[in-house]
Amino acid sequence: MATEPETPVAASAKEPAVPSLVDRYFTRWYKADVKGKPCEDHCILQHSNRICVITLAGSHPVLQSGKVIKSISYQISTNCSRLQNKVSGKFKRGAQFLTELAPLCKIYCSDGEEYTISSCVRGRLMEVNENILHKPSILQEKPSTEGYIAVVLPKFEESKSITEGLLTQKQYEEVVVKRISATTATS
Amino acid sequence: MDNLSQNGEGKISIIEDGSIASKNSNLNVCNVCLGILQDFCEKEFIKKVCQKVEASGFEFTNLVLSISFPPQLSVREHAAWLLVKQEMGKQSLSLERNDTVQLKEAYKWITHPLFSEELGVPIDGKSLFEVSVVFAHPETVEDCHFLRAICPDCFKPAKNKQSVFTRMAVMKALNKIKEEDFRKQFPCPPNSPKAVCSVVEIECAHGAVFVAGRYNKYSRNLPQTPWIIDGERKLDSSVEELISDHLLTVFKAESFNFSSSGREDVDVRTLGNGRPFAIELVNPHRVHFTSQEIKELQQKINNSSNKIQVRDLQLVTREAIGHMKEGEEEKTKTYSALIWTNKAIQRKDIEFLDDIKDLKIDQKTPLRVLHRRPLAVRTRIIHSMETHYVDEHHFRLYLKTQAGTYIKEFVHGDFGRTKPNICSLMDVTADILELDVESVDVDWPPALDD
Repeated sequence: MATEPETPVAASAKEPAVPSLVDRYFTRWYKADVKGKPCEDHCILQHSNRICVITLAGSHPVLQSGKVIKSISYQISTNCSRLQNKVSGKFKRGAQFLTELAPLCKIYCSDGEEYTISSCVRGRLMEVNENILHKPSILQEKPSTEGYIAVVLPKFEESKSITEGLLTQKQYEEVVVKRISATTATS
Repeated sequence: MDNLSQNGEGKISIIEDGSIASKNSNLNVCNVCLGILQDFCEKEFIKKVCQKVEASGFEFTNLVLSISFPPQLSVREHAAWLLVKQEMGKQSLSLERNDTVQLKEAYKWITHPLFSEELGVPIDGKSLFEVSVVFAHPETVEDCHFLRAICPDCFKPAKNKQSVFTRMAVMKALNKIKEEDFRKQFPCPPNSPKAVCSVVEIECAHGAVFVAGRYNKYSRNLPQTPWIIDGERKLDSSVEELISDHLLTVFKAESFNFSSSGREDVDVRTLGNGRPFAIELVNPHRVHFTSQEIKELQQKINNSSNKIQVRDLQLVTREAIGHMKEGEEEKTKTYSALIWTNKAIQRKDIEFLDDIKDLKIDQKTPLRVLHRRPLAVRTRIIHSMETHYVDEHHFRLYLKTQAGTYIKEFVHGDFGRTKPNICSLMDVTADILELDVESVDVDWPPALDD
């Protein structure tokens, strides 16, 4: 499997599948229609060591063809910029604490649309991806790796429970399928 | 019945050896040494201690004797000194503290030759083998307590101590206290105890010995240290156990501490000359080995497993360990990696990597260790690379890097958090399929001809 799946369809292998970096170390969890906004799906990559990487799911509007990102901002309120997050020591003191609905960043598109990306998991914010600030297209080209949004470290005690409110890969695929058939049914 | 005045005033008489005859003639315990110079200097007692030493199963060619007296003994010694000073003063003679022989010194003068003779080895202050004898005298434990009222800051409770009245604390207070205050609180001469001291502990211990060597790792399924989560062992055995278990047995040690000049992941092999390691064997019962015996031990370890092999196994000193740790931070390492690319590549697509020298890379703490390491950016140098084309989607990369470089992350980029990386240099998506350590460039421990 050479490229990262843009949509959650099983990749048809042209050659024997080599599990990707994400496949080897991470479990994919999903949250659909975040904050009630249709199709604003997030994908949380959970490492075997409990660290979570927040990314956009393939079905997110920003990743659809034709969307052009004008800019990305980590200033989520007048007093809070995710860029100011400072973490020190082995126990990551000083990190901004995030709840599931905490905003991570705002994405501004050329068509005037504005999207807020949320954390989806509770935990300490380790870092936000500064590479997408300088080159927003990376977010669309490689949403599951170089285009990640943020890295979050859940509390040790909560590392298993954080996935309780999230969808598995299979459940997410079902949601997407239902959406497609719902739109085709109404059209 | 009380013997003589308890208060240091009035009529007292001191007999030369410091003991005061008791009206009860069957109790004749010295009121200064509490019986230590009376009952515990005899060959019989020494013999009993030596029997215990011999039964403990330690191998030793010399020993250091560590004697511990009850703290209240210092108080009595102090009282006796004040008295003798006073008497000599009456004869216009002065007496300094170092004009007197400390009780412990006298005890050692008497007993060292006796121990030496009984065990057949010399007493040596630098010996790693320690025999410790601890005396106690429960009857007079409260003798020290008056010192706390006068010098309270000497007796601050500390975490690990059961009683604040340690020997050190009592000595400190005795040095501080004024003579008049002491004599008001403590009878000079001290009153006679009913019983002699008792021995509460006779322990033997041997200082740690160190064994060093280099190990090769041929398994891609072996952790450095035991991998246990929630009490469950996730992977069979470990590098340290495969090497140290044999040493633990042969040296008859209580436990071990394994350290090495860096380490590799579970799925990484260590080839070439191997990685330097050192094992501290704690409280070993057997310590003398010829180089032939060590060679045989090495052979035994090598015969017992094909997952690891050791070489240059030798005894070293504690100081020598520093060389190895120095290696971890300062010395270069060489690796070989089998790399997969998503795009089809030709030989010419990888040749440019051979020409890159001393490439500086910035590595954020890899995600796979971020849960237990601080978040930071580390600059590292890839000194040189050499490529070997395998096929359209694979090539082997040999690299020589600075110590502390994360190779896997240099290949796949770790979500772009290691920059530059093979993906960015070649403009492909690359991943690492296999990694081997080819050499750890530390020239310690000294190579032995096998």
